[in-house]
Amino acid sequence: MLRTALRNVFAHKARLLMTVLAVMLGVAFVSGTLVFTNTISRAYQKSSAKGFDRVDVAVRPAHQEGPAHREGRGHRAGRTADLTQADLDRSARVPGAASAVGVVGGFTALAGKDGKLVGNGFQSQGGNYSGARDPRYPLVSGTAPHGAGEVAVDSETARRTGYRVGDTIRLSVDGPVLTPRITGVFTTDDGNVAAGGSLALFDTPTAQRLFGRPGAYDEIDVTARPGTGQTALKAQLDRALPHGSTETTTGRQLADDQARTIASSMSGLRQSLLVFAGIALFVGTFIIANTFTMLVAQRTRELALLRAVGASRRQVTRSVLVEAFVVGVAAAVTGLVAGIGIGAGLRSLMGSMGATVPDGPLVVTPGTVLAALAVGVLVTMLAAWLPGRRAARIPPVAAMSSVHAQASTRSLVLRNTLGALFAAAGVAVVLAATTMNGTDGQAPMGLGAVLLIIGVFVLTPLLSRPLIAAAAPLLRGFGVAGRLARQNAVRNPRRTAATASALMIGLTLITGMTVMAGSLQQSIDRMASSAIRADYVVSMANGNPLSPEVERTLRGTPGVTALSPLRNAPARIGGGTEYLTGVDGRAIGSLTDLAVDEGSFTVGGTRVVVDSGTAASHRWKAGSGFTVVYEDGRTQRLTVAGVYRGNDMMRGIMLDTAVLAPHQKDPADMQVMVKTAGGPSAAAKDRLAKALGLNPAVKIQDKQDISDGIARMFTLMLNMLYGLLAMAVVVAVLGVINTLAMSVFERSQEIGMLRAIGLDRRGVKRMVRLESLVISLFGGVLGIGLGVFFGWAAGELLGTRMATYELVLPWGRMALFLLLAAGVGILAALWPARRAARLNMLAAITSE
Amino acid sequence: MTTSSLAGPTTAVAARATELSKIYGQGETQVVALDQVSVDFRRAEFTAIMGPSGSGKSTLMHCVAGLDTFSSGSVRIGDTELGSLKDKQLTRLRRDKIGFIFQAFNLLPTLTALENITLPMDIAGRTADRQWLDSVIAMVGLADRLGHRPAQLSGGQQQRVAVARALASRPEIIFGDEPTGNLDSRSGAEVLGFLRNSVRELGQTVVMVTHDPVAAAYADRVVFLADGRIVDEVHGPTADSVLDRMKRFDAKGRTS
Repeated sequence: MLRTALRNVFAHKARLLMTVLAVMLGVAFVSGTLVFTNTISRAYQKSSAKGFDRVDVAVRPAHQEGPAHREGRGHRAGRTADLTQADLDRSARVPGAASAVGVVGGFTALAGKDGKLVGNGFQSQGGNYSGARDPRYPLVSGTAPHGAGEVAVDSETARRTGYRVGDTIRLSVDGPVLTPRITGVFTTDDGNVAAGGSLALFDTPTAQRLFGRPGAYDEIDVTARPGTGQTALKAQLDRALPHGSTETTTGRQLADDQARTIASSMSGLRQSLLVFAGIALFVGTFIIANTFTMLVAQRTRELALLRAVGASRRQVTRSVLVEAFVVGVAAAVTGLVAGIGIGAGLRSLMGSMGATVPDGPLVVTPGTVLAALAVGVLVTMLAAWLPGRRAARIPPVAAMSSVHAQASTRSLVLRNTLGALFAAAGVAVVLAATTMNGTDGQAPMGLGAVLLIIGVFVLTPLLSRPLIAAAAPLLRGFGVAGRLARQNAVRNPRRTAATASALMIGLTLITGMTVMAGSLQQSIDRMASSAIRADYVVSMANGNPLSPEVERTLRGTPGVTALSPLRNAPARIGGGTEYLTGVDGRAIGSLTDLAVDEGSFTVGGTRVVVDSGTAASHRWKAGSGFTVVYEDGRTQRLTVAGVYRGNDMMRGIMLDTAVLAPHQKDPADMQVMVKTAGGPSAAAKDRLAKALGLNPAVKIQDKQDISDGIARMFTLMLNMLYGLLAMAVVVAVLGVINTLAMSVFERSQEIGMLRAIGLDRRGVKRMVRLESLVISLFGGVLGIGLGVFFGWAAGELLGTRMATYELVLPWGRMALFLLLAAGVGILAALWPARRAARLNMLAAITSE
Repeated sequence: MTTSSLAGPTTAVAARATELSKIYGQGETQVVALDQVSVDFRRAEFTAIMGPSGSGKSTLMHCVAGLDTFSSGSVRIGDTELGSLKDKQLTRLRRDKIGFIFQAFNLLPTLTALENITLPMDIAGRTADRQWLDSVIAMVGLADRLGHRPAQLSGGQQQRVAVARALASRPEIIFGDEPTGNLDSRSGAEVLGFLRNSVRELGQTVVMVTHDPVAAAYADRVVFLADGRIVDEVHGPTADSVLDRMKRFDAKGRTS
């Protein structure tokens, strides 16, 4: 039996090719993902381990407010007590210590020669250059920075911006612009710089002052003398330093922690990539099942003969599965090789898109190899299992009949009933889920979606007839070719359905995502721009809070008619923590446009406004009073003047900054809203920018900029999704090619007859193309329909959390997707149509 | 048995092959399928081509019917010389001037009997001559089966549909490739009867390849092929006379 199975594989090489390709693509995606993420995370781990080379033990302030507040250096919110000079001195005096360096740092925006921010703002860092020669930062040229007027920059940034030693650079730490001279350029293995960020270094006193920690440090890095281990040094430091206010960590531990962080952030990426690989493989199973069904149908007599000469059912099934196994192995191996290529390609692609990826060898783990092989082989065998079972049911007597026994013509009644039940249940569950609120509805919605998709899969053969019949008027224009194409498309509903389903999945996802993203974008856009009456919103490029200095500067700028900060302040109300938003009570009314449900929008003194959500949770109404406990511990009685309808950007309790200010030690503004005389204009924006000293760290955006920013974000996300889902579409194209090739093969006699009685090659080609088009459009229509439904349903769920959410149907995009489906059909038909037209007429009509 | 002494020499011949050769392969492996065959198929005549397997009878038919290319010589259908035609023109010629009947019926399973009959005209984008169509359908006795699909028809009925399809567009000439090969003797006799009637009553020209002496006996003339050459011709054949000739070829074939 094994030999028969193997012979069959070789006998049907061409027909198995598409199957192999489909599985191969899926496997390539899986192994490519694994290779890529392994390689990247290994490279990052290596580079970060290098970064900790010079740290044997790190001393940090003990965290007092829990780990959530320790998000990197220089984060203002929840900053803990600093390390003092005394701590540094004590650390240096420990017997095992070779050196101790105090580290201080924070956000530092650099402006390029064009005045624009270098990098994206999130990786713009500054720090201290310790002493005349800091071993952490070997100088490439120039000397160490001294005093407030000097700075050193990393060599990568210098290369990117073109700055050289002696140039003056514009930079900003949290407000005022500085223009120090560059005295040195250094190299660093700082992971942040390796990943595309910038690093500016000041001498220690300047850095301490700039980062708001005069005489203090964020961290002390201690190196051990030869012969002293990290653990021993750590113990010595623990004894020497004041208990409770500091904590020590070994360099090895730090490297391990970082490695773990990298691994976990990589695993997120890996998982989402694997999901898309899974989709591609799932689509592939349809093609595999189709191919094996066909192969079995064509071999009915042969299989029946095997049964007649004594092969058991199990042996017949096994022979089909062995065939699948061989195909699966071939596909998995080629897929693995292709996947390694994809992994390498992805890395250089990321590099070319501006993301700096650390160098390192390509990592192909045994796990990757095993996963690729297992996935390829299992998917193929699973998909071939049903056709294999069907093969076993062929009665031995079929060997005697002269005509090919048709593939089981079991009625579709059972199938349709099941499908209808699944689909109906799916729709019902999805609809029920839309009435639930946000998080509760997620699980039922997912379940409903799965049920519905299964239902539609099962129902596709039934749906194919009416839907394809609907295309008849369009095809009529193509004469006989059109009519034959339509009839051929519904000739084998199961096969047509499986082919169309493969395309449907991809289009369902693409459409669903597009509908959701489009609706979300619009709602966020509306939220962001409709509630704002200000001409400009000023904020920090990296999302950090602004220094109150910005507000003061803008207040004195000519042309500014009104402005208000949005100042965050934590407070306790009735036992829970709430964030208060400090605003300028006189200006806020003219800067925002928020609908008021109750009372009036007046902020001043003890009168505050509250968004409807917060008001509801506290059962406040206009006129209600409540007591607030500020961060300095003092309390105050406030009155609700009005209840407004909030959104994701503006919500909570708004009170006057004048009331809030006395209770805040370290005020920070999330943004400042500005209204200018004469409305937004290039000149007005310019004036604001100049007033802020052309600060590279500060973003000045008008409504259009905000909308554009949101649109850009969504476009980027959608494009990435499209790119990933393109995989599923490519596999679907293979499926259509496969089906058509099989149809052409099966109908070669018919096609030969048509050619003989006078259908020319063009007519034959057109017939095959139209069949392909009809099948693809069928899949496309189903996919787009389902996608819109899912997009709508998911939106309903989101809408419960977003007041401004509204379904936006992207008609243009949907038309494009339908065109894409048509394109898939035409593309897929190219080769089969050529084959059909070139068919040897004589071989086709001379019966064997 | 010439049919029409009234018509001129060009119109009296529906198809003519002159020194027709068909050679496969080259050098050592060269196979001569047709060797300088010259034959006329006269209008309103029913010709059967016979010969042992590999004699070239099917090849001759394929070449004359414009289904296959030939190596040298010439073929004419009516006034058209086939040798110079491109695939597109050949296709049009087959569509407009030639009717086909195949051994395996070769009907489209998705079309009804009537749609199958009118298929060549549909391909050409012509509407069928209703009266002619009705008479053809009546002749083959399919009037009450027109809405059926091939799967719902017996083999004999399917071949009758194929005969009607060949006749419906009033071709210059009809070629049949073992049209009774897949039929039982009764259905076969029916189909052959229709073909003979179409020649006698409608003036149709029919050329049929067969290896069945009984089928050949329906023809007006039988042409015998062996080793790619015409070796004999019988006018007004009977099953016995045909069988007799064939036995002789067979014997020769075995000894050579």
